[in-house]
Amino acid sequence: MLTRNRLQDAVPRLVLAPSFAAILLFVYGFILYTGFLSLTDSKMLPSYGFVGLENYRKLWALPHWWRALTNLGIFGSLYIIICSVLGLFLAILLDQKIRAEGFLRPIYLYPMALSFIVTGTAWKWFLDPGIGLQNTMHLWGWESFTFTWIKDRNLAIYCVVIAAVWQSSGFVMAMFLAGLRGVDNEIIKAAQIDGASTMTIYRRIIIPLMRPVFLSAFVVLAHLAIKSYDLVVALTGGGPGQATELPATFMYSYTFTRNSMGIGASSAIIMLVMIFSIIIPYLYSELRGGPRA
Amino acid sequence: MSTPSPDNAANINKLARGLIYIALILFAIYYLLPLYVMVVNSVKPLSEIREGNMLSLPSVLTFEPWFTAWSTAQIGVQATGLKPYFMNSILMVVPAVAISTLLGALNGFVLTKWRFRGDNLVFGLMLLACFIPFQIALIPAARILGLLGIAGTTQGLVLIHVVYGLGFTTLFFRNYYAAFPTELVKAAQIDGASFFQIFRRILLPSSGPIIVVTVIWQFTNIWNDFLFGASFGDFDSQPMTVALNNLVSSSSGVKEYNVHFAGAILAALPTLVVYVVSGRYFVRGLMAGAVKG
Repeated sequence: MLTRNRLQDAVPRLVLAPSFAAILLFVYGFILYTGFLSLTDSKMLPSYGFVGLENYRKLWALPHWWRALTNLGIFGSLYIIICSVLGLFLAILLDQKIRAEGFLRPIYLYPMALSFIVTGTAWKWFLDPGIGLQNTMHLWGWESFTFTWIKDRNLAIYCVVIAAVWQSSGFVMAMFLAGLRGVDNEIIKAAQIDGASTMTIYRRIIIPLMRPVFLSAFVVLAHLAIKSYDLVVALTGGGPGQATELPATFMYSYTFTRNSMGIGASSAIIMLVMIFSIIIPYLYSELRGGPRA
Repeated sequence: MSTPSPDNAANINKLARGLIYIALILFAIYYLLPLYVMVVNSVKPLSEIREGNMLSLPSVLTFEPWFTAWSTAQIGVQATGLKPYFMNSILMVVPAVAISTLLGALNGFVLTKWRFRGDNLVFGLMLLACFIPFQIALIPAARILGLLGIAGTTQGLVLIHVVYGLGFTTLFFRNYYAAFPTELVKAAQIDGASFFQIFRRILLPSSGPIIVVTVIWQFTNIWNDFLFGASFGDFDSQPMTVALNNLVSSSSGVKEYNVHFAGAILAALPTLVVYVVSGRYFVRGLMAGAVKG
C-alpha cells in the first residue's frame, strides 16, 4: 500500500519529466554547446580546438557584423516605436464606440496570421519599382514619382520596417485595445465631471495607465526584432549587398554558407545575450507576484 | 466671438467622428492592400502584370497561375509545384500540434495541481525557453537529428516543433488551470481517482477554450515556420514556407509574378482560414503569449 502510494505520488513528476528533460537538453544544453563551439576553431563542421575568445575578437572586427547590428538598431527601434504609436492610435480610435469595430478589428489583425515569407513576397513585389507602387503611380500619370528604396543600399532597411510594421501593428493595437477596455470607467467619469477634455483625459490619465501594455508590447516587439530572419530572407535576401543584413541572417550565412561556424556560434551567443537581457528582468517581475489566472 | 452654441458643438462632434471613420477606413485599406494585390495579380496573365497597373482588376481572368503554382511550377530543381510541400506541411503540423498540446495540458495540470518543491523554477526555465533565438539551437539540433537518424525527415521537424512549442503550450494550460478549483481535484483524489483519471474526467472536459487557443497558436506558428524547415528539411519534408521562398527567389528564367502571388496565397490559406473561422481565439492566444504570469 505504501509503495503504491509512493508510486502514485511520483506520477505527476514522471509526467512532467520528459518535457522538462527535452527542454533542458534542446534549450539549455544547446546553449552550452553553442557557447562551447563559439570558443573553438570550428569551420564547416564542429571541431574542438580551443581558441579562447578569438571568434568574438574576429566577430567584432567584421564590418559585416557591425552592419547587421546597425541595421538591427535602425530596424528594431523604428519597428518598436511605429508599431507602438500606430497600435495605440488605432486602439484609441477604435475605442470611440465605433459601430463597425467588429468589422474593422479583424482587418487590422489578420496579417499576424500570415507567415513572414508570405508578407515578404507580397511586399517585395509591391515595393518593386518595375511592377509595384512606382509603376502604378506612373500609370496614373504621376510621372515624376520615384520609390526605389528596396533597390537602394541606404534605404532598403526601411522597406523591412514597412513590411514588419504592416504585419505586427494590428497585434499591438489589440493589446492596447484590451488595455483601454480595462480602464476603470469611474476614473474617467470623475475627470469628465471636473471638466477635463477628452484629449486631457487620454494624455494625463488613460495613456499613463497603459504603462504595463507599453512594457509588454516593447518586450514582445524587441524579441521579435532580434529574432527577425524570415522576413528579410523573403523580402530582400539581406541585400542589396549587405544593406538589410540582420544578426539572424548573419549567423546563418557565417555558419552554413561561409563555413565559419565558430564565428556563427559567437554571433548566436550575442543574440541570446541581447534577448535574455530584455526577457529575464521582464519575466522575473511578472512571475514574482505568483501565478495569475 | 460668442461661446459655441450646442448646435455648433454637435457639429464639431460630428466632424470629429467623421474624421475618425475616415482614418479607420484608410488604415483598413492599408492593411488590405497587399492581400488585394496578391489576389488580383494571381488571376492575371503575366503580360498584363508587366505592362499594366498592379492595382487594377484583371481584364482577362485566368486561373492558370494557380494551377501552375500548385502542380507544375519549378521549385528548386524539380518542377513539382507546391503540392508535395503542402502535404509535407500537413504531415508535420498535425502531429506536432497534437503532441505539444497534449503535453502542455499534462504539464499545466502538474504545475498547478500537483505542486512540488522547485516547480516554479521548472516553469521559469520552460517559459524562458519560449524566447530563445533559434539560431542558438541550429548547430546542435542538426547534430542531434543526425545522431537520431531523423535528419531531413518529417519526424525530425515534428520533434523540433514539439520541443520548442512546449514552453508556450505549458504556459497556456498552466495559466488556465490555475483558476480551476483545486478542491475538485482534492475531492477526486480522496475518492481514490488516479492522476490520469482526474485529468481525463475532471480537467479535460472543461478545457475546451484553452485547447482551441493552444491548437490555433501552435498551428499558426508551426505552419508559418521557415527557419527550422529550411535548416532541417529536404525534399520529402520541406514545408510550404520554404517551397514558397524557393519559388519566389529562384533566379532562373522569367519572373512569373502571378504564379508567385498564387503560391503565396496557397501558403497563407490554411492560417487565414483558421483566423477567419476562429479569430476570437486567435487573438486570445496572442494576448496570452504576450502577457505572462
